[in-house]
Amino acid sequence: MLSAYLLLAAAMFAIGLFGVLTRRNAVGILLGLELMLNAVNINLVAFAHVNGAVAGWVLALFTIAITVTEVAVGLAIVIVIFRVRRTVDADHLNLLRG
Amino acid sequence: MSEAALALLILAGPFGAALVLGCCPPLRRAGRLAALVSLAGVGVALWGAVRLAAGLWQAGAEALAQGSGLTREVSLTLPWLTQAGPEPLARVGVYVDPLAAAMAALVALVAGLVQLYSLGYLADEPPPALGRYYLYQSLFAFAMLGLVFAPNFLQLFVFWELVGLCSYLLIGFWYQRPAAARAAVKAFWVTKVGDVGLILGIVLLWGATGTFEFDTLFRAAVGGTLPGNLALYMTLIYLGAVGKSAQFPLHVWLPDAMEGPTPVSALIHAATMVTAGVFLVARAYPLFLAVPWVLLLIAYVGAFTAFLAATLALGQSDIKRVLAYSTVSQLGYMMAALGAGALAAGVLHLLFHGFFKALLFLAAGAVIHAVHTNDMGAMGRLGRAMPKTALVFIVGTLALAGIPPFSGFVSKEAILSGVWEAGLRGPFVLLAVTVFLTALYMFRAVFLTFFGARAAGGHPHDPPSVMMSPLWLLAVLSIAGTALGSAALGQTFPEFLGRGRDAQLPHGPGWLTPLSVGLALAGLVLAWLVYQRRTVSADALTRGLGPWPAWVAQGYGLDALYVALYRGAVLALGRLVGWTDRYVVDGLVNVASAFTLRAGADLRQLQTGRAQDYLYGVTAGLLLVLVLWRLWA
Repeated sequence: MLSAYLLLAAAMFAIGLFGVLTRRNAVGILLGLELMLNAVNINLVAFAHVNGAVAGWVLALFTIAITVTEVAVGLAIVIVIFRVRRTVDADHLNLLRG
Repeated sequence: MSEAALALLILAGPFGAALVLGCCPPLRRAGRLAALVSLAGVGVALWGAVRLAAGLWQAGAEALAQGSGLTREVSLTLPWLTQAGPEPLARVGVYVDPLAAAMAALVALVAGLVQLYSLGYLADEPPPALGRYYLYQSLFAFAMLGLVFAPNFLQLFVFWELVGLCSYLLIGFWYQRPAAARAAVKAFWVTKVGDVGLILGIVLLWGATGTFEFDTLFRAAVGGTLPGNLALYMTLIYLGAVGKSAQFPLHVWLPDAMEGPTPVSALIHAATMVTAGVFLVARAYPLFLAVPWVLLLIAYVGAFTAFLAATLALGQSDIKRVLAYSTVSQLGYMMAALGAGALAAGVLHLLFHGFFKALLFLAAGAVIHAVHTNDMGAMGRLGRAMPKTALVFIVGTLALAGIPPFSGFVSKEAILSGVWEAGLRGPFVLLAVTVFLTALYMFRAVFLTFFGARAAGGHPHDPPSVMMSPLWLLAVLSIAGTALGSAALGQTFPEFLGRGRDAQLPHGPGWLTPLSVGLALAGLVLAWLVYQRRTVSADALTRGLGPWPAWVAQGYGLDALYVALYRGAVLALGRLVGWTDRYVVDGLVNVASAFTLRAGADLRQLQTGRAQDYLYGVTAGLLLVLVLWRLWA
């Protein structure tokens, strides 16, 4: 039972990571991040359900709240970058190159 | 007053004067006032030194009359460098014995007379320069007296360097003249070559015996507990004397040192400082007696120096350089005497030479002061214009040439006898020939300067009494030296010194006196024939000697050799060191920095600036850690 949840979470995490690594669009990268965070949430809830520990649910609620703020801030940054650079392609956002 | 307290008083006089002049610039710049301070200091030293020497002489005579032994040495020392154990590493203080007393009397007397004479000789100097001169003079008197009274090798070395410094400062007194500045540096460097040997010898001797103190070392010499390598140590210490006393091959600095004011030449480069080397050998004589081979070396080098310098003196046209080479030659005599074991003869010659060579230099200074040139070719017939100066110069010349009844005769005779009795035939022949050469070059100077056909230009006249009175006193001493050096002295003086092998002044075989006087007179007559009557042409004589005069003109090429050695060895070493620094040391640094730069250039390629590339790195690293962790577990 638990392993099904964990497999689902692992698959979601892998898909999210794949998205983050391969998408060139900054919005796509943010979506990948959402998937990874929610994979973690599934893990938390699954363990909380199996072990009967309330702390897992509470932590999942926190994660959701943080995720929302993260998306709000992240999207705001993306919009500002778009206004300045007229692009949100991650390949072109390389001002930190050594 | 006890002997040690007197010695301290002797030191305190010039030291106080030097301190006052050094620390009080307005007084120093006052010129003649500074001279008075300096004279007062050296006057105290002179009073003390004469009392000390007279007291010791009397005590020695009484002890001799009673036939009893006498404690000859008095030392007053305080711990200086402390160390664990009962004895300090080194002590500081005074060591008074007859040798030191006699030397101190000579130093104080000549220093006093020279300072008096300088009042007239340097009267035209601006007051600040005069004050500076008297500061150096006071410092020199203190340093020289400190050297004389040093109770151990370490203190002796300190004062040894201090007199070297004063010599440097006074040679370069007219530092605006490039020749004087160069001569000062040359004197400093050349004597330093010897000083390196001296300090090495002192330290090695200390390493072997654990003490610097003379009395401890002398007791070891009497007890026969000296270290095995003593010959090496004493040779190194003798090297210091070679530099200071201008022995071959380090004599090249002394003629150049004549660039200093003439009174300085009289005091430092004739009477006192250059005899410090002889004094050093005499002071450490019990140690030298233990190593006969070193003594033999000293005798041969001394005799050779005497001969070599005498030939060089013949070829000089500068009157001061004649006297300078003459000093080198006479120092060779003293060293030869010490090397032959005739300590008393050597020290006696040191004292007498101090008087008559100071006299000659000061008289030459009066001549130079009058005609404003050192060149004997530009002088002549000065005997008419400067009769008093001529008289004292001739007295000094007769004393130097060793013609009785002047003082040089007694001491030179004793040296020749001592060398003959020691069985050193080679040095004896060299020294005997030098007697002839000495008379020749000195009377050459006399005839060229004071006689001859051509009169010097200008209106030369005898110097003022402030310059003349020291000359009279020294002339009297050069004659009275003989009276003192009569048979009574001949027996008392060695007893007075009491350290040599000789119980009395050596008396050579009967033919020795006629030989040496005959040689001196022959030199006199030859000089008269060549330079006065001109019956023998000087040019013909020069041609007859083949290439010799040319060698003499170049100083036997020693200066050229040293320059070549400097260029060849020192500069080559400098270039090697420079090359190593530039290409090896700097090269290593450059390679390291180039590697860093290159590595940085390569590594910055990793920083693409794209967030996803870093994320790839994070992911790959995480996977690696996970895999390794799994494998580990």
